[in-house]
Amino acid sequence: MQDNAKRTGPSTRLLVACVIPILIVLLVVPKFLDVYQTQLFTYGLIYAIAALGFNLLLGYTGLLSFGHSAYFGLGAYCAAFLVKYFGIGSLEVYVLVGLLMTGLTSAAFGYVCVRHTRIFFGILTLALSQVLWTLAYKFFWVTGGTDGLRVAFANLTMLGGLIDFKGRNAYQSFAHSYYYYVLFMFCVCTVLMWVIVHSPFGKALQAIRDNETRAQFLGIPIRRYRWIAFLLSGSFTGLAGVLWVPLNGLVTPDILYWPFSGEIVFMTVLGGFRTFTGPIIGAVVFNYLKVYAVASTAYWQFMLGAVLVVLVLALPTGIVGTLARQLGKLGKRG
Amino acid sequence: MNLLETISLKKYFGDTHAVDDVNLTIAEREFVSLVGPNGAGKTSLVNVISALLPSDSGKILFRGDDITHVSVTDRVKAGIARSFQIVNLFDDLTAFDNVTLAIFSRQGKTTNLMSLAHLDHAVSAEADAVLRSFNLTDKRNERARDLSQGERKLLDVALAYALRPKLLFLDEPTSGVSTRDKGQIMDTIASVVRGEGITAVIVEHDMDVVFKYSDRIVVMQQGTILAQGTPDEIRMNDQVAMVLLGTSGPDAFTRKD
Amino acid sequence: MDILIIQILNSIFYACILFLIAAGLSLIYGVMRIVNLAHGSLYALGAYVTAWAIGTFAAKAPLWVLFLLLPSGAIVVAAVGALIEPTLLRPLYKRPEEYQLLITFALLLILEDVMHFLFGGVPLTAGAVIDSMGTMRVMNLRYPVYNLVVIAIGVASAVFLWAVIYRTRFGVILRATSQNMRMASALGLNVKWVFVQAFALGCFMAGLGGAVVVPAQAAVLGMGVEALILAFVVVVIGGLGSLEGALIGALIVSFVRTAGIQFFPEIELAVLYLIAALVLLIKPTGMFGRA
Repeated sequence: MQDNAKRTGPSTRLLVACVIPILIVLLVVPKFLDVYQTQLFTYGLIYAIAALGFNLLLGYTGLLSFGHSAYFGLGAYCAAFLVKYFGIGSLEVYVLVGLLMTGLTSAAFGYVCVRHTRIFFGILTLALSQVLWTLAYKFFWVTGGTDGLRVAFANLTMLGGLIDFKGRNAYQSFAHSYYYYVLFMFCVCTVLMWVIVHSPFGKALQAIRDNETRAQFLGIPIRRYRWIAFLLSGSFTGLAGVLWVPLNGLVTPDILYWPFSGEIVFMTVLGGFRTFTGPIIGAVVFNYLKVYAVASTAYWQFMLGAVLVVLVLALPTGIVGTLARQLGKLGKRG
Repeated sequence: MNLLETISLKKYFGDTHAVDDVNLTIAEREFVSLVGPNGAGKTSLVNVISALLPSDSGKILFRGDDITHVSVTDRVKAGIARSFQIVNLFDDLTAFDNVTLAIFSRQGKTTNLMSLAHLDHAVSAEADAVLRSFNLTDKRNERARDLSQGERKLLDVALAYALRPKLLFLDEPTSGVSTRDKGQIMDTIASVVRGEGITAVIVEHDMDVVFKYSDRIVVMQQGTILAQGTPDEIRMNDQVAMVLLGTSGPDAFTRKD
Repeated sequence: MDILIIQILNSIFYACILFLIAAGLSLIYGVMRIVNLAHGSLYALGAYVTAWAIGTFAAKAPLWVLFLLLPSGAIVVAAVGALIEPTLLRPLYKRPEEYQLLITFALLLILEDVMHFLFGGVPLTAGAVIDSMGTMRVMNLRYPVYNLVVIAIGVASAVFLWAVIYRTRFGVILRATSQNMRMASALGLNVKWVFVQAFALGCFMAGLGGAVVVPAQAAVLGMGVEALILAFVVVVIGGLGSLEGALIGALIVSFVRTAGIQFFPEIELAVLYLIAALVLLIKPTGMFGRA
């Protein structure tokens, strides 16, 4: 029997080799970081989930969506609506409803979008996402408009009400517990996505990406599979949005505005969109990059723009892609 | 019943009659060569039958069923597969992954998103067997884009073959390959196809290859069938020799001047 | 009835602005197959430069000086475009188009902060121009003369662009390159030079749009990001790469927007995006576009 491990890419091999130590590190993070840093890292994991979902479309199916802010924002607003109109505090309910709504929306949007490819696909995803943005912006009596809607952690419950955040040290306890909740979700999402891209379906997606004609001539229904990929992609990103809002405490239409879609693309490319772990690393790094940039200068957009220019011109395969190539070279030499 | 039958099939590109009222029949297990000068319509005919192009009029019957308006994917499911003149592979996937994809698709497994592809041992074994038949075993884990031209052409055919089609179209499987490799490649392809009794239609320019392997030769010119018959019959056909070689006579096809 | 006339004039005014932006976007796409996500920001830059120039140099100057300064935004933006194309875009022509999209997005981020840095966070106006031109009677109401001038500029630009593209040698070269770049290059055309010129021309149009709108509407941070979406809607409806499409699309979008603000303000933008989505569904290349 041939060596099966050879079939998976170098980045996946890296992942498998490092999984245990990485998991251990992730599990003890809150012991070594203060509350602020723990929360910062939690944001990174949340964006990683969003980027993982996004990259199913870009890296594996070859479709560049410029409208993923729609699903992230929709997930966030779902949680906020549940708080405002139903007084619900259960995180599990947020997740379930969020997944349902973003799943339905990405199914609907996806059905429309996958009839096109390349630039028209991108423009269509952009246009549809902005429909959601203007609805959130204009119907301010429903969505809170630019003031947004609050989701206070004090009313949040996890594990069906087993855990709540009232009483002393509520903020610290929240930061702590929320980190582990997100970490769990992140691990589940990573495993799920890993299985999906290594499944026969995942291979079919890559075939569609590489050569649409030949995929057709192998009997693969192109449009249907692209649609399924879109649905999955939107749902993962929607879940990230749901998890984001209790941490942020507030959701405003900004999260649906198209430059945020650009940020999702940015972080994915930063990590390397042709690898599995690229989006994860890229999201975490981008999060720190943005926070650092915003903290150090009013012109943080310029900083990020400059980073992106360097990235595109000099390091197109992103952090993980470049690292993998260097390691590959080392391996050949040694 | 014939495996494939086209009835008055037409495909026009403006004023050019690429396929002009073609009535072609293919019987099971036949190895048919489709020959003719450039622009004769051979590739267009194959493109229409395989649904790469829609026909303008006429009918295509496959095992008695009218498939004239059936989609590409449905024709594949029905049992028609093809390779491409200009190699058409999944360049970033390995040779192995290319073939397993064909097998997964054939078995309807491509909707499985919760199982790991490389854990399907039956499919892996079959893919390895296919690669072995096409002498590509040592290139198993190489990306398709890194293979030589000859290997890519073989892989292209292997993909179509892995679909276990009832009717296989091969569009110039040796074109662009060095003369030295041509024979080897054609031998490999022919041994697989004939060995399994797959009905094959091959578009070819190289008459040596055509005469060596075909049960029947169909000669096309300007969109219509000029003549068809066994290699011996075609060899004797002066009109065909004129069209293909510009010269005629009993030894037209074997003279090397 | 009078209000209707005013609304119609406003729509046409706004359509001219949209046309200038969209024509530039469409031109760049048509010739170079690049979707310039920073196009809206270039429009904003044109607005800022013009507002600043008029504000700084022409505080109390006569009208003709102000008018001379009006195109300064367009010229500066064209120059910026001529700098951007060879440095940021040319290295990426052989790469997949995702990278081109990304670098224009990076350009957007950079330009937004450049404007912030150069011009500050306070809106800049060039209201002096509009005021000094006064108003004229339309039916029973008064309407700014400036707006009518802008409409004239819009029409003139459309005619000028049409003439350049269809009646000059340069236009022939542009069209040849857009239809078949390799062939054009094989025929000896200097494609690199064509690209710089096309890009600069497209940027000029965007900058002109900004320059021309700023007397009526102050230059604010973020106006470019907002304008880009509308420009997209225009070219989607009209057809990417088509001049007539940009014109018709601009008119449609402008009128729908005016009617929307009047009758259904909450969903006015949503309606526009949905129209764009609908057009993409039914005729993906837009009304006048080719794939």
